[in-house]
Amino acid sequence: MKARVFVTLKPGVLDPQGKAIHHALEGLGFSGVNDVRAGKLIELDLADGIVDSDIEDMCRKLLANTVIENFRIERLENA
Amino acid sequence: MKSAVIVFPGSNCDRDIAVALEQVTGRKPAMVWHKDTELPEGTDFIALPGGFSYGDYLRSGAMAARSPIMQAVKDATARGVPLIGICNGFQVLTEAGLLPGALMRNAGLSFVCRPVPLKVENSQSLFTSAYDSGETVVFPVAHHDGNYQADQDTLDRLEDEGRVAFRYLDEVNGSARRIAGILNDAGNVLGLMPHPERVVEPAHGSIDGRRLFEGLLESVA
Repeated sequence: MKARVFVTLKPGVLDPQGKAIHHALEGLGFSGVNDVRAGKLIELDLADGIVDSDIEDMCRKLLANTVIENFRIERLENA
Repeated sequence: MKSAVIVFPGSNCDRDIAVALEQVTGRKPAMVWHKDTELPEGTDFIALPGGFSYGDYLRSGAMAARSPIMQAVKDATARGVPLIGICNGFQVLTEAGLLPGALMRNAGLSFVCRPVPLKVENSQSLFTSAYDSGETVVFPVAHHDGNYQADQDTLDRLEDEGRVAFRYLDEVNGSARRIAGILNDAGNVLGLMPHPERVVEPAHGSIDGRRLFEGLLESVA
C-alpha cells in the first residue's frame, strides 16, 4: 500500500521560495499567476496493517514541522 | 567546566567550538557522537555546533533533532544543564522542541556569510553575563536558513520575558523582529544563528565572542 504526504506551509507563513518561483514565472511572461506556494510531496511505501493514525504520527513526529507546516495524507489503495 | 560537543554527520563547526571552549575553560570538551545515548558523567555544559547535519535533508536540523543522543540532551537540559546551539545547532533546538519557533529559508533566498552587528538584549542570562545590556557586538553569520519565525503570541512572550538574547542591528535574513538568538523559559538553553566561537582570539579579527564563553564559565563554575 502506498500513501502520499503533502507538506505545505501554513497560510500566512512567508514562503520566499514560492515568491522566487512566482517572480521567475512572471519573468518568463506567464501572466495571471496571483501567488505561488511551494511544498513537499513525500511518497511512502507501507506494509499492510499501517493505519491512518500511524501515518499521522509520522507526520507529526518528523515529516512536517507543525510550527510552520500543515500536512495532508492521501492513501493510494490499489498502488 | 566539563563540556560536551555533540557531533552529527555534517557538523562542521564542532572543532571551532571545541577550540574556543578549551581556550576559555582550559579543558578539552568531550566530542560526543550523535549515535551515543549518554553524555559523559558530570557533563555541565553542552554545545550543538554549526554545520549542515544530514545535508539539511527534509528541513535543516530535522534529522539531527531525532538522533539517539538528543534524548540524553533533553534530559540534561531538564535538569538545568546549560546548552548552546549555534547556527545548525539552533535549527536542531527548534526542531527538537527545546526552543519555540522555526528557522526558515532566508527572506532574500541567498546564503548570508559576513560579520554582522548584534545588540545584546539581555545581559542577565547564563550566556551573556559578561556583556552589557544594549551593547553592540559583531559576530559572523554563515547560513541559508536563519529566518526566525514564530506566531505573534510566542514573539510577544519572548520579548516580555527577556528571552531575546541577541538581535540583529540591521536586516540580515528576514527574521521576525530581527531576532538572532533566544533563550528557553528556564534560561539554560540558548540558540543563536551568529557564530561567537569564530571570534575568540585576535587572529580571528575580533574577540567579541570570547566573553560569551567566559561569562558562561563564571556562571557554571
